Amino acid sequence: MRDVKLRIPGGGTTVIPGTPVDQVGIEERAAHFATRSIKKGSKFDALTLALQMVDLTTLEGADTPGKVRQMCGKARQPISPAQWAEITSGKEAEYPMIPSVAAVCVYPKQVPVAAEALKGTNIEIAAVSTAFPSGQLPRDLKLKDVKRTIELGATEIDMVIDRDAFLRGDYQTVFDEIVAVKDVCGHTHLKVILETGELQTYDKIRFASWLAMEAGGDFIKTSTGKAAVNATPGNTLVMLQAIADYHAETGKMIGMKPAGGIRTAKQAIQYLCMVRETLGASWLTPDLFRFGASVLLNDILRQMYKQITGRYADRRAFSLD
Amino acid sequence: MALEKTSAKKKKLAAPKSAAKGAAKPARGKSATHVNGEGARLATTSGRPNRFIQDYDAAPQEADFVKLKPSYGLFIGGKFMEPKSGKRFDTINPARETKIAEIADAGEADVALAVESARKAYEGVWGKMSGKERGRYLFRIARIIQERARELAVVETMDGGKPIRESRDVDVPLAAAHFFYHAGWADKLEHAFPGARVAPIGVAGQVIPWNFPLLMAAWKIAPALATGNTVVLKPAETTPLTALMLAEICQQAELPEGVVNILTGGPTAGKALVEHRGVDKVAFTGSTAVGKLIAKSVAGTDKRLTLELGGKSAHIIYEDAAIDQAVEGIVNGIFFNQGHVCCAGSRLLVEESVADEVLRKLKRRMEQIRVGDPLDKNTDIGAINSASQLETIQKLVAQARGEGAEYFQPSRFNAPKKGFWHAPCVFSNVASASTIFRTEVFGPVLAVTTFRTPAEAVAKANDTQYGLAAGIWSEKGSKIYWTASQLKAGVVWTNTYNKFDPTAPFGGFMESGYGREGGIHGLEAYLKVTGGVA
Repeated sequence: MRDVKLRIPGGGTTVIPGTPVDQVGIEERAAHFATRSIKKGSKFDALTLALQMVDLTTLEGADTPGKVRQMCGKARQPISPAQWAEITSGKEAEYPMIPSVAAVCVYPKQVPVAAEALKGTNIEIAAVSTAFPSGQLPRDLKLKDVKRTIELGATEIDMVIDRDAFLRGDYQTVFDEIVAVKDVCGHTHLKVILETGELQTYDKIRFASWLAMEAGGDFIKTSTGKAAVNATPGNTLVMLQAIADYHAETGKMIGMKPAGGIRTAKQAIQYLCMVRETLGASWLTPDLFRFGASVLLNDILRQMYKQITGRYADRRAFSLD
Repeated sequence: MALEKTSAKKKKLAAPKSAAKGAAKPARGKSATHVNGEGARLATTSGRPNRFIQDYDAAPQEADFVKLKPSYGLFIGGKFMEPKSGKRFDTINPARETKIAEIADAGEADVALAVESARKAYEGVWGKMSGKERGRYLFRIARIIQERARELAVVETMDGGKPIRESRDVDVPLAAAHFFYHAGWADKLEHAFPGARVAPIGVAGQVIPWNFPLLMAAWKIAPALATGNTVVLKPAETTPLTALMLAEICQQAELPEGVVNILTGGPTAGKALVEHRGVDKVAFTGSTAVGKLIAKSVAGTDKRLTLELGGKSAHIIYEDAAIDQAVEGIVNGIFFNQGHVCCAGSRLLVEESVADEVLRKLKRRMEQIRVGDPLDKNTDIGAINSASQLETIQKLVAQARGEGAEYFQPSRFNAPKKGFWHAPCVFSNVASASTIFRTEVFGPVLAVTTFRTPAEAVAKANDTQYGLAAGIWSEKGSKIYWTASQLKAGVVWTNTYNKFDPTAPFGGFMESGYGREGGIHGLEAYLKVTGGVA
């Protein structure tokens, strides 16, 4: 990639740096975090943190209000207080009731259902937008999509970048669209999905990360979960390094959300180590890091169970949703 | 609301000050901790700071399963025996300064006995054995190393101070890989040198250093055995244990008696071994000063000699490099194994246009390096191998500070009370003529200087009496090829560093020694190659 100068809608220009990434090097570094051994108290608290960072997700054509309400129940209360009391019996002081997750992530049509189900909680309602997952709609319809989704009650918008424009080198269009979406969002939190599995090279992922941050994304997010390759340690690390550089240059702290493919608590802890050792502990908050995941949540519970009781939980110990 | 306020306060407590300072507010003005709608109590963050955010808990590698003997003899003729010298010394754990075992100190009579046993094994069994048969023994040794990998890794870490992560992931697997690789060559030697006749040399006397005790033993023993030679090997005084375990593995593999002999001891034993008339081939890895003495002592004899000595390897970072990965390469290049690496990238040459960025990122990265208990699985840098090596490093660091170089070490370095420790550190604005830029430190100490053009980078890289290794970072292929062709170093890594493989020859130019280990070139050092076109 080369440095690319773009016009900022409304005046001025900005340069998106074409920072090269060495594939072997980045993957080697990313693999290093898998060798971190997180034990005892720091393990339990890492699990708690990971749980607090989950954007519990359902993005299926088959989603119904019933399914979404079920998931919202799980988001509020990943485990029943009675079951938690049973697990922690005799150790209540050490293991207070676990918190709820950060957000639920749904299609726009299900936003009112989620909003109703989560009334009175701090759980965010993230909705995928801008013709998710392909982004193949004219811009005016994408902006309408965003506007309407927010009206329906979404507190966070997960948009997709225009890969059509990106892959043919029309970065100005990609940039302008994010700016326009951010404009519609106003104070609503904006996550920009790069769909790394379609950009393919680390150089492009790095470039797209900077472009998305500069255009106004509050978070950058790896993927839709609908591509062949979703979040990987490698593409996440590239994006974290872009966030570090952006912070060094602008002072802005941009958030990160790997999504798709993080299924186990062990993986989640590796990602947390990666965040900690790349951006520092100040990024270890749901304000700045999220996991887009669904089955991850129960594996976190399973690992907590093991940590507390010393035994593995039965396969069916935790409610599906 | 009250709950939220409390949690926000706790969050502040847990976050390090440095990163929060000067940073823009998170996009949402809310607390990080999400409160359950029913008002359930907050999780761990409520009662106490999140322990993961604070730090990683200790994750010690289990070591109780390792059964070491209180005392070890010399391994001669397939048996452990008491030293004729009657002398012993202690081997200690450099991270705790505790005695691990008593080790026999071989004297001249012991050396003579070991060489004699190797000669007997060479003439009676090993030299005559078919390559296929020799290969079978080597395969067996390789497999036993794999089977006992965890045990070997723990002992390597206890005896030498290196992090368990490295002994587990690098030293031991690579040692097994060298035996596997050379096992494959044992019955194919004539194909390595087409048209030529190959024959073993005889008895090899091998002296190895303390930085990669098991791996260096494998580098020396595997090619010697594959080519039909027998061996007398002397491990370093401070790290004899894994070589002695390798002796046990030779027994386990039912290797014929005397094919491998292992003599523990100090300089006396080493000197007696390389000077012994019954030795046909000397292989030494260690300091340049000792290497020169060995070269002198071997001169005038018909002994073959290979020397793998010191280095002050240049690591060149061009402005068009992938900087984040280059920084990883720099860290790996100089801090791997506490910098006790002959090919460590200890001279960093950075293009002036990116020097500030590289240094800023390097320092930030160094703050994440975890120094401490080598048996902790999260330790990145362990203990310095010995008190005397620590003293050497400290002396050179003090001298460099005296010469006016700018010094940096991570803020959170806290040396444990016991043991030998040195912070990873960087000297910037270093003059090419300064001590720290010319002298091998053999510790976690990096010297940085800048250059303006590729020609200047190459000139500075080659401005040394050593020539072991070099690294180049650039995304431009043509520049990489040009630079590599100009560097006077035995190994040149591009866009990576410290990569080792049994198929790749390793060795130096000039005062870094001569001869190659690994690959076909490494076989040649243990063979008489005659006739033919090779």
